[in-house]
Amino acid sequence: MATQPTAATVHQEPTSFWRRYIFSMDHKVIAIQYMITAGLMGIIGLVMSWLMRMPLTWPGESIPIAAKIFPGLFEGGVLRPDAYLAMMTMHGTLMVFFFLTAILLGGFGNLLIPLQCGARDMAFPFVNMLSYWVFLLSCLIMLASLFVTGGAAAAGWTAYPPLSAVAAAVPGSGLGQTLWLIAMAVFIVSSVMGGLNYITTVLNLRTQGMSMMRLPLTVWALFVAAIIGLLAFPALFAGAVLLLLDRHLGTSFYLDHIVVGGQHLAREGGNPLLWQHLFWFLGHPEVYILILPPMGIVSEIIANNARKPIFAYRAMVYSIIAIGFLSFIVWGHHMFVSGMNIWLSAAFTLTTLIIAVPSAVKTFNWLGTLWRGKLRFPTPMLFAIGFVSTFVTGGLTGIFLGNPTIDIQLHDTYFVVAHFHIVMATSAVFGVFAGVYYWFPKMFGRLMSERLGKLHFWLTFLGMYGIFFPMHYLGFMGMPRRYYGFGLLQYLAPDTQAIQLFITISAFITGAAQLLFLYNLVWSLWRGKRAEANPWQANTLEWQAPSPPPHGNWGEHMPVVYRWAYDYSVPGASQDFIPQTVPLEQEPTGEHRRAAVAAPELSGNGEAHRNGG
Amino acid sequence: MATETTAHPVEQAVSWGGGVSPFGVSWQKLMMWIFVLSDAFIFGSFLVSYATTRTSIGTWVDTGKVFALHIAGAEIPLLLIAIMTFILVSSSGTMALAVANAYERKKRETIRYLMLTMFLGLTFVGCQVYEWTHLIVDYGVRPWWNPFGPPQFGAYFFTLTGFHGLHVLSGVVYLGVIARQVARGVYDRRGSYANVEIAGLYWHFVDLVWVFIFTMFYLF
Repeated sequence: MATQPTAATVHQEPTSFWRRYIFSMDHKVIAIQYMITAGLMGIIGLVMSWLMRMPLTWPGESIPIAAKIFPGLFEGGVLRPDAYLAMMTMHGTLMVFFFLTAILLGGFGNLLIPLQCGARDMAFPFVNMLSYWVFLLSCLIMLASLFVTGGAAAAGWTAYPPLSAVAAAVPGSGLGQTLWLIAMAVFIVSSVMGGLNYITTVLNLRTQGMSMMRLPLTVWALFVAAIIGLLAFPALFAGAVLLLLDRHLGTSFYLDHIVVGGQHLAREGGNPLLWQHLFWFLGHPEVYILILPPMGIVSEIIANNARKPIFAYRAMVYSIIAIGFLSFIVWGHHMFVSGMNIWLSAAFTLTTLIIAVPSAVKTFNWLGTLWRGKLRFPTPMLFAIGFVSTFVTGGLTGIFLGNPTIDIQLHDTYFVVAHFHIVMATSAVFGVFAGVYYWFPKMFGRLMSERLGKLHFWLTFLGMYGIFFPMHYLGFMGMPRRYYGFGLLQYLAPDTQAIQLFITISAFITGAAQLLFLYNLVWSLWRGKRAEANPWQANTLEWQAPSPPPHGNWGEHMPVVYRWAYDYSVPGASQDFIPQTVPLEQEPTGEHRRAAVAAPELSGNGEAHRNGG
Repeated sequence: MATETTAHPVEQAVSWGGGVSPFGVSWQKLMMWIFVLSDAFIFGSFLVSYATTRTSIGTWVDTGKVFALHIAGAEIPLLLIAIMTFILVSSSGTMALAVANAYERKKRETIRYLMLTMFLGLTFVGCQVYEWTHLIVDYGVRPWWNPFGPPQFGAYFFTLTGFHGLHVLSGVVYLGVIARQVARGVYDRRGSYANVEIAGLYWHFVDLVWVFIFTMFYLF
């Protein structure tokens, strides 16, 4: 902590290439580093999902092209069963933690929190930089586990013991699982370093006039998501330490009377349910870490493109907080079939159904914002509306699964896969896409191609439903998830194979459509239309800075905020948007209860931060 | 960007209104509080795991006997642990004195109390080393086995005290860095000794965690 009290405002602009672009402490550079790294991890995860589709669609059939590209995973042209389990595990892990968590908190959190709060940088830029490099280290450890003897971890992204605790259980339970645990622990260290900065910056470094109730919803969502991460990840950290000790020091935290390969292990007294509790104490809040920031991004984009104030701003803020709180007391709904007191099940059912309320409040508020708006449909808006659509679809099945009576039937079937892929792989990812299309001009000073963007949206939107909607039916039919082969499951109707084929074709088309997005990114970097400072006519602070913003964001004087972020189409105003920096004497405001918020007190030089020790 | 200089009628300075730190807390201190909260959840996870395991096993170990010291033929239960607890709690006292002197910018006294705190911390870790050695060598306690009762006793003993001991050790290093800064006059030049107080927050937290470990693992 041995830094100057106002380090955020004084650290010098570096001049060398290395300090400027590689070991940079500038939050905008760190954000882009996070986005690129997380994006690469996402692409790897996507390829893994393609590999998984192969034995499911063409069981036992040789696929020479894939076998040629990934010779280590195939045998006789067929994906090996242990490789399938490894791909399944790594796909989940990479997508949940290394792609979505990293791009949302590390990427958008870093980009937007200082800019939208009106700060010059994060509170502790050095730790912020460290957070990225530690994250990169965890990525490398996780990827390295693909190449060790026995292959990568194969116990699923949930890493349930005893599969994950006993090295002899499956091929991936060896060194691969150890590296998985170490990578996760390192990842948690990185996310704590990031989270400390995000929370502190939102609380302490807001500019003059930027009261908490004037923050854009993106910042609120990132703020609450960061708090969730900071309090939930420790449980997984502790769980991972105990699991590592079980694996390498012979303890029995999770093991009790295990027989592996006919051999009775001398382990007793532990309880595998302990891991499940620790894991899901993180695991469930984690999905809200992944859905809250997209909710914030989408709120911002929908208000901007409906040219209307967000409907019920306060209700939006309170529901973000409510979701954040409730997310900590619903984890048991992942364990209805694991053995749990029935009264406890009932309690978890209740909280699970309650958490649907703030989620529904948000959904209706988005609809209320769209209602009779002057709608524009640029690509970010399409993805934002796509988010609302898929969030409703995926969210409703969550209410099904929150009831033990239904969950016990559907648990570990493709119905569950459909549910969480429609909220995580579709909604959350749509939030990411919406955000990238929306803030790309701010990051790079150029607009992305609209034509490619729209094509990308429609292919992805239809493709995602094509992949995940039929999975509901597979689940109803009783098809279990995580199985390598279904040849012996006679009860499955013969036409399931046709559905599998349809899903796989959709997956390949949707995956290929992402090449359009990548091409668009690269093309727009050099050829995109030059963006002015505020191409979307938006109100939030980042659009008042140049595109891209300079080091320190605001030039000589800090911005001063006079109004909330949603003064769109205010009656009597000269234009249909009023940036937060426009004084109330110049333009009217639609902000409610503004009397409750004090006018900003100006200090002599306009510098806002007086927070020395 | 608004850069106007016209004076505004100041209605009321709201601490949450932006531009100032709520409650006048520096970001450094706030960040340490948040870190401590996060770290508390790690210890909480360990302790809750320990508690559920212990209650679900049913039988446990008579810690009074295991951690007894034999002095002149008499068996005094938990004596060493009591001494360790006393040492660590005292170190919180010396830390508080260091912070108090730091606020008065008394450089020498601050350094003296910081060194004393570090010494007490190291003594505590030293006692822990003795305790571990005693259990490992004399009783044959291992993470997977012990002569007293369920194997989880040894497993949680090493995990809980080990993880806490690492925190004390890192705290000693941290205080060492701070003491060096004080000695070099860094805080005099900066005009703020706040970092001493922030280090103190961490130290008191580690101390507080011990109170929970002492209560839940040794006393119960």
